[in-house]
Amino acid sequence: MSLQLQARNLACERDGRWLFGALDLEIQGGDILRVEGANGSGKTTLLKLLSAQSLDYQGTLLWRGEPLRRVRRDFLSHLLYIGHASALKPALSALENLAWHAALAGQPSSEAERVAALATLGLSGFEDLPVGQLSAGQQRRVALARLVLVRRRLWMLDEPFTALDRDGIQTLEALLSSHVGQGGSVVLTTHQPLRVEVPVNRLHLGEEGVDVTT
Amino acid sequence: MSRPERYAEPSGANRPLIAMMRRDLLLMMRSPGAWLNPLAFFALVITLFPVGISPAASVLSTLAPGLLWVAALLATLLSLEGMFRDDAEDGSLEQLLLAPQPLPLLVLARVAVHWVSTGLPLALMAPVLGIMLALPSGSYPMLMASLALGSAALSLIGAIGAALTIGVARGGILLSLLVLPLYVPVLIFGSGAVQAAIGGTPVAPHLALLGALLALALALAPWATAAALRISLNA
Amino acid sequence: MMWAFLHKLASPQGFYALSARLSPWCWGLAACLIGGGMIWGLGFAPADYQQGNSFRIIYVHVPAALLAQSIYVAMALAGLVFLVWRVKLADMAATAMAPLGAGMTFLALFSGAVWGVPTWGTWWQWDARLTSMLILLFLYIGVLALRGALGTRQSAARAASVLTLVGVINIPIIKYSVEWWYTLHQPATFSVTSRPAMPAEMWLPLLVMVLGFYCLFLAVTLTRTRHEILRREASRRWVQALTGEGP
Repeated sequence: MSLQLQARNLACERDGRWLFGALDLEIQGGDILRVEGANGSGKTTLLKLLSAQSLDYQGTLLWRGEPLRRVRRDFLSHLLYIGHASALKPALSALENLAWHAALAGQPSSEAERVAALATLGLSGFEDLPVGQLSAGQQRRVALARLVLVRRRLWMLDEPFTALDRDGIQTLEALLSSHVGQGGSVVLTTHQPLRVEVPVNRLHLGEEGVDVTT
Repeated sequence: MSRPERYAEPSGANRPLIAMMRRDLLLMMRSPGAWLNPLAFFALVITLFPVGISPAASVLSTLAPGLLWVAALLATLLSLEGMFRDDAEDGSLEQLLLAPQPLPLLVLARVAVHWVSTGLPLALMAPVLGIMLALPSGSYPMLMASLALGSAALSLIGAIGAALTIGVARGGILLSLLVLPLYVPVLIFGSGAVQAAIGGTPVAPHLALLGALLALALALAPWATAAALRISLNA
Repeated sequence: MMWAFLHKLASPQGFYALSARLSPWCWGLAACLIGGGMIWGLGFAPADYQQGNSFRIIYVHVPAALLAQSIYVAMALAGLVFLVWRVKLADMAATAMAPLGAGMTFLALFSGAVWGVPTWGTWWQWDARLTSMLILLFLYIGVLALRGALGTRQSAARAASVLTLVGVINIPIIKYSVEWWYTLHQPATFSVTSRPAMPAEMWLPLLVMVLGFYCLFLAVTLTRTRHEILRREASRRWVQALTGEGP
């Protein structure tokens, strides 16, 4: 089962303004695509299009050669999306939050797996605290623990490095490297310099248009 | 190539639904205000009527069915705003839209929890307030039944309005503008059932019509709500 | 051939050109019909044997009430076309219709209230038709308020379309439930349907007025849609060529 998401001549207009146009890109197993651009250049919008959340675009999006609109459910069962907001409930503990995320993804998890996922992100000892009592960086780590717990091949991460300390950044970079090393792929937006052991494709969104470099 | 066992295909179609309801109920227990406040509001509004109209039992007992129903309806309305707003703000809603499950089903699970946490408690509490308004005896079972049935329809219809107004700052008033006109039929048949029980006329037609409204809302509202959620989230 | 024509019609530019030729005719026809119907109905139609001259308010009340409901249905149809086929023009038309629909509903309510003074001796009666007309007014206000509150146009348009569709499903339900409620509470009052049929010299002017109101609706919608097209397409080349402003 090969993994392949293609965009052909993708264009997006929001209220009379073109965010980007004539965008061609291809994501395959083992790829990291880094989307760059100034604030308001349409990074999050692009991620929402690529993750099939928004159908408001012109051009073609293909998942394994078929139009994304038609194979949306199959596509979603391979996608793990972590957005700007962490999708955690402050009143629930880290373990409870993760249990919900895993179940929503259709991959029920054992408590041991959840504890292990939190430990990978350096959150041993914080499993049962309400997430609302954790710091912003710790909350981000709880959200990122989904990367370990929920097994999906295609990751889309919107600003995943926000609020992480140096240690957390290294953990995430290691996770990205090993995921891509195992044939998974990643699309992410960040302003952070990215130190991973694999080549990174870069996509720059901006006033002067779109350019893709490897 | 990847190790295939790491990427097992998801299984168990209704597991996300159960997980979702379990989480919502857990959240409800952790923050009791969400379901206690509408009850307090219900009691408070009922207290205002005797003060504002007259303490005479003869006056109140004729008005009681309508007052109880209107107050319960307003209490439901008050609780609607929280139905999707928290989830939209913390990003959970985005995850619901990305779940491989059909969104209308997830919406239905959410509405079911909303009904359990507002409509059902309101129906259970109504007889106590009925006594305070001198509601004629014999109509109490009908009061509870009509409220339980009708409030489910209110939750379903209200979900559409709640989904449409997520992106609106201070959307509470707008939400009531959108939803209250749609509540009129439920109010008519609901309070009509209680009045029929008092007057000794057949209640079955009222309940049947209330049930028909509920069935129609059950069939259509989750889809409209799902569409509205997608629109609001991609604004 | 048919499809090509529809496609041209659905594009804002094509519609703009076509409506320029149509709308003067609509305005002219509406003015003739409403003017003629007004003179006929108010000046020449016989007085009602029960209500005297006060019945003549029917010549405004009934067309306004009919239009109030028709416009909501038209808005819902436009909303459906917009949601399913993504025709932006349909939403522009729905935007153009909404205030007129609310205005017609208000006119129907107001004329009904004025009519109530000689017939019921009161400005307001919780009559089944007035009540459902009042709820219709609230439905219109809801659509207008939602459009006003959602800033960005694309999402506001979709949200308003969904709301209008939900509303149009509810209109018959509201109508029948209000009638049911009214008959339960007012079993003894006369019902309009059982009255003797109107003589032709009374209903013919009414028919003219109804047709005139529909022409007015068409004319207003065409003109307002044209304004909406210019507003939304202001950055397009063809509009800038039209107005002589260019980048």
